[in-house]
Amino acid sequence: MILPNTSKCFLNGLLGACLSFLAQGAIAEDALPDAPPDVVELGISEYTNIGNRGKVDNPVTALDTDKVKKSTTDHTKLKELQGPFNSGPEVTRACLECHNTAGHQFKKNKHWTWSYTHPETGQKLGKSVLINNFCTNAKGNEGMCAQCHAGYGMTDSNYDFSNEENIDCLVCHESTGTYYKTPPTKGNKACSIMFEGKKPIDWVYVAQNVRLPARSNCGGCHFFGGGGDNVKHGDLSSVLFHPPKDVDVHMSEDGENFACIICHVGEGHEWAGSRYNMIAKDEKERAKPKPGLERETATCESCHDDKPHPVDIKGLKLNDHVDRVACESCHIPAFARGGVATKMDWDWRTAGRLKNGEGFKLKEYTQGDGHHRATYKSIKGTFKYDENVVPLYRWFDGVMKYTTIDTVFDPSKPVDINSFDGSPTDPDSRIWPFKSMHTVQPYDKGNNTLVYMHLWGDDDAAFWGNYDFSKAIKVGMEKNGIPYSGEYGFIDTYSYWPINHMVAPKEKALACEECHAKEGRLKNLDGFYMPGRDAPKWLDILGLLMIVGSLGGVAGHGLIRLFLGRRRN
Amino acid sequence: MPVRNVKIFNGFERFWHWTQAALIFTLLFTGFRIHGVFELISFDQAVYVHTIAALSLIVLWIFAIFWHLTTGTWRHYLPTTNGLWKVARFYAWGIFKGEQHPYRKHYWRKHNPLQALSYLGLKLFLFPAIWFSGLAYLTYNYWQNGITNPLLGWVAIIHVGTAFAILAFIIIHVYLLTTGGSLAHHVMPMINGYDEVDLTETELAYLEQDEPQRLKS
Repeated sequence: MILPNTSKCFLNGLLGACLSFLAQGAIAEDALPDAPPDVVELGISEYTNIGNRGKVDNPVTALDTDKVKKSTTDHTKLKELQGPFNSGPEVTRACLECHNTAGHQFKKNKHWTWSYTHPETGQKLGKSVLINNFCTNAKGNEGMCAQCHAGYGMTDSNYDFSNEENIDCLVCHESTGTYYKTPPTKGNKACSIMFEGKKPIDWVYVAQNVRLPARSNCGGCHFFGGGGDNVKHGDLSSVLFHPPKDVDVHMSEDGENFACIICHVGEGHEWAGSRYNMIAKDEKERAKPKPGLERETATCESCHDDKPHPVDIKGLKLNDHVDRVACESCHIPAFARGGVATKMDWDWRTAGRLKNGEGFKLKEYTQGDGHHRATYKSIKGTFKYDENVVPLYRWFDGVMKYTTIDTVFDPSKPVDINSFDGSPTDPDSRIWPFKSMHTVQPYDKGNNTLVYMHLWGDDDAAFWGNYDFSKAIKVGMEKNGIPYSGEYGFIDTYSYWPINHMVAPKEKALACEECHAKEGRLKNLDGFYMPGRDAPKWLDILGLLMIVGSLGGVAGHGLIRLFLGRRRN
Repeated sequence: MPVRNVKIFNGFERFWHWTQAALIFTLLFTGFRIHGVFELISFDQAVYVHTIAALSLIVLWIFAIFWHLTTGTWRHYLPTTNGLWKVARFYAWGIFKGEQHPYRKHYWRKHNPLQALSYLGLKLFLFPAIWFSGLAYLTYNYWQNGITNPLLGWVAIIHVGTAFAILAFIIIHVYLLTTGGSLAHHVMPMINGYDEVDLTETELAYLEQDEPQRLKS
């Protein structure tokens, strides 16, 4: 079935366009002969489905013994929150009147600054500069991407980071599920259908109903990284709003019902757990600290100890693994579980195909929960998805290095968007699971660097609406002050996403033979001996010779005895 | 010299032999599963059973060593060249011509010289090799030194290589039960303890006087 986006037609104010929609059934089939017509969806709007559409979760946010919230303040009774409020910043101003250090704290937070200087490599990272191999760059496209900035009004790269009133307290703290964010600018007219028909926000209601962040709050953005449900991480999907116990033993309401902040602990609006600088090993330093000691780390060991398995014959052997294998490698048997797929492959080269001058989507992938996922979008190109994916396993020391806009690379080889070290001879490395994302994306053919694309904007260069790579790259580089050779090409890139979430119940942890086998999950990791995998071939040949030799020897000996014995008789 | 039915394998020795046999078969089965020869049981079941069987065998052996030392039975395994050549010649030649086994069991020499030598080799080389490599394997985490130690590969090679050798020993050991008499003739002594032994007059007199229960009338 064709889903003509009639509201878009009204916005465009073009009756002709609307009429053309009515005739699209036949055209769709003509133009795309190998695609069944019901997977074609016209229009390129896609931002209405972010966030938790179901029941708001009410997770455990503090590890009290009785798990009952013991807040000393009922926000509904505060006179400062009686309104009226007409905008987010007005609510923030009220919040900061009482929470008068929260603004200072949050201004240092990555969710606000979109900037991070890596303490080991010195690289300047964060959404404000990085290029990934999904939608590529947020920089210059803040008008769209800053829908997930924890602030108000980030319309471009010149944001006033000193204005505390633009901090968005509600996106992390409101509990009603009626609060939402829209992209800060409208973008190209072809993209401008956002949140139509959504009820306006009742600012007083959301301001009075605040709490520590629940999964709905964090997940509203983090489950949709990369431009859609579970697109980016593979282990962070909308399933985690209300996960079955099999999918996530910690976050399931049938399990511990943890909020994200139970593991991502912190104080003063800084919390633990960043994939820029991970703690790949956490044995002695922070493993299960004594009461009162700080526990500002998101590692498994910080709760489960560095000897997490029971002290018995099997448990002792499992504990022997802890100093070499990350907990996640065995306890997350696969990612993208629970019915929501993750994007594994993206080809930008095909972006820009139109039907009747319109962008469109092809929804040819049906994921486990029955939803159809776009395998082609005019604005982005062609995608491949996967579910219940066996991770890639690599030695990892925790330090992520990035290919940034100023990194010059050799275009004859695929480019690693992020890379890392680790080896069996490094005591600080562990075997970690990763999602590996492959993309073919534009690069500067003259300078051998990645490019900033101008994707979003109400002009004739923004790729989303104009579909012209050369213009989008030229403007994207220019407006961010990056030298551009003027010639672009496409290059294979890979990015690696450490897998940490979707921890299965212990009964569903990997069986030993998943790795301890010749064709096991770790067959491509070398430089160390692993039982069940690595015995040299010559040993088996030698053993076989011994066995066949002794069997043959006694058989021959016996036969001669038998034969000569008969002859004697 | 009187030939009498004498109890030459007492209760502990038979218990030791058969328990050891059962444990070795268990270890071979689970060990070759771990090695990846077949997948009839899961890896962790195999490791679990293998570990328990190995520890049990070591405990059994601690008792056996104590028993050998305190009872003096270790002397049965002293290597000797006296008669060795004859026995070797028998297995290589005489057996085919229907000759009698050249060795007569004695009260303090219940194994023939070739047999004693091979058991001694088993006890001095193969068993220690597989236990020490096995213990090193089991306790790997305590000596690996924080990195993935390449020595583990050699420990595993010694362990698996010795296991192959022990399996070869068992094949030959079982086959030799069929030589120089019936199968039952060889197996029964290890079940009921009694075998025909060439006794000296003094040994017989001693047994009749002090240990009459060891003599079958």
